[in-house]
Amino acid sequence: MKKAVITVVGKDSVGIIAKVCTYLAENNINILDISQTIVQEYFNMMMIVDFSKTEKEFLVAANELESIGENIGVIIKAQREDIFDMMHRI
Amino acid sequence: MINIQEVIETNKMIEKENLDVRTITLGISLLDCIDADLQECKKKIYNKITTVAEKLVETGNLIEKEYKIPVVNKRISVTPIALVGGACCKKPEDFVEIAETLDAAAKTVGVNFLGGYSALVSKGMTTADKNLILSIPKALAKTERVCSSVNVGSTKTGINMDAVKLLGEIVLQAAEETKEADSLGCAKLVIFCNAPDDNPFMAGAFHGVTEADAIINVGVSGPGVVKTALEQVRGENFEVLCETIKKTAFKITRVGQLVAKEASQMLGIPFGIVDLSLAPTPAIGDSVADILKEIGLEHPGAPGTTAALALLNDQVKKGGVMASSYVGGLSGAFIPVSEDQGMIDAVKAGALTLEKLEAMTCVCSVGLDMIAIPGDTPATTISGIIADEMAIGMINQKTTAVRLIPVIGKGVGEIVEFGGLLGYAPIMPVNNFACDAFVNRGGRIPAPIHSFKN
Repeated sequence: MKKAVITVVGKDSVGIIAKVCTYLAENNINILDISQTIVQEYFNMMMIVDFSKTEKEFLVAANELESIGENIGVIIKAQREDIFDMMHRI
Repeated sequence: MINIQEVIETNKMIEKENLDVRTITLGISLLDCIDADLQECKKKIYNKITTVAEKLVETGNLIEKEYKIPVVNKRISVTPIALVGGACCKKPEDFVEIAETLDAAAKTVGVNFLGGYSALVSKGMTTADKNLILSIPKALAKTERVCSSVNVGSTKTGINMDAVKLLGEIVLQAAEETKEADSLGCAKLVIFCNAPDDNPFMAGAFHGVTEADAIINVGVSGPGVVKTALEQVRGENFEVLCETIKKTAFKITRVGQLVAKEASQMLGIPFGIVDLSLAPTPAIGDSVADILKEIGLEHPGAPGTTAALALLNDQVKKGGVMASSYVGGLSGAFIPVSEDQGMIDAVKAGALTLEKLEAMTCVCSVGLDMIAIPGDTPATTISGIIADEMAIGMINQKTTAVRLIPVIGKGVGEIVEFGGLLGYAPIMPVNNFACDAFVNRGGRIPAPIHSFKN
């Protein structure tokens, strides 16, 4: 399974999760886990998603998610999951 | 599965605390480029580098995008050129031509530094070694990206004092050749004792003869991450302090291991080592000196500095060794002066002297690094400083190095600006008492005894 972590950081507003999820659904990217928290008044959301069924190249999807973020005024980042696994799991 | 706090922690390290992969260094053996004809040799060198490293920069950039971690430098190290050029270079000028070829190859593949314009002369010098050393000032002045190093001693062989004497003069000549640029040439010349074959960091990187045809070595860095972690344990005892450094070093190094494996797979070149060094940059918050201050010193150089640095260096290794399958290179804390804002501040405040820096190099990697000294310092004094540093390495079975910059036309207290990652530095005073008679003796210092340790 090709997993990635999508993070959304910014000021909270209506429909952020909806926009990201719509994009993921349209591109056949499955959400495995989703959680959110508020850190220093900023909205932080994290999703772990499965990239193995989509036809989109990972970097293309990462760029498109980034521009969705720019449109709604938040920072959206997609990263390969391995970097977190390596750092936090032995 | 990974949780949100862990994700936030990692991204905070990258975004706020300057965690980055400092360098992916591709080591390339040039032994198969040896030829009796200089032009033919140059052609083979250029072709091999531009073929093997063709995708290096592209790969580094791709990793950066996929993991959103900066891969700051993509670099190349090659077989010491004194060995490669020995058959075709009959005079120093011939070696300079090879340096220009290396520079051209570095520019073609887009790396910012290429190391390995080197000679290994810890016991004696061949004619080729000597010609290469004599060519260093011109080679560094005529090229932009080529880095040079000379290994003049080791624990097994002792110190080649003829080479130490010669290099005192070479350092001054290199300064003179580049005096319009604040003697920048010297920033690309490192003199080593016990130089490692697999060091990914410049200016001292070269691809040792014990290495495979091509290899990927990675240097990861994050002094800012260690500093921030230590902010959480102010006032706690040494056990807590050391555990915190160790855990942080583990996390930092894991990223290096991941990137090294990924780069190795993408390029189809074997993974060599991860270098655990904490390497500062002039950027605010990317400083080893700031860690020493966080440990409890007003400035680096204050009493306690050597002990603080010793524990930092040791804990970084303890955490890092478990995080990577192969560790190598220099692996420790770097204490360059011009590349670390906290060190610069300490020199300006009068807290840090050349002598204290020398003591600090006994317990950390690597040595007297990026230190600006007055341009009128005699060659024999520079040789004396080199000899002292080499002796520390030889006796303590560790790598030590000297990268001094005698800034032509400038004196103590004046500021020199090297630019970019090399930073800027106030010129430090040097002990003015002479050591000519010592340096001029000639010959070599015998290898030390490995028993009766005291």
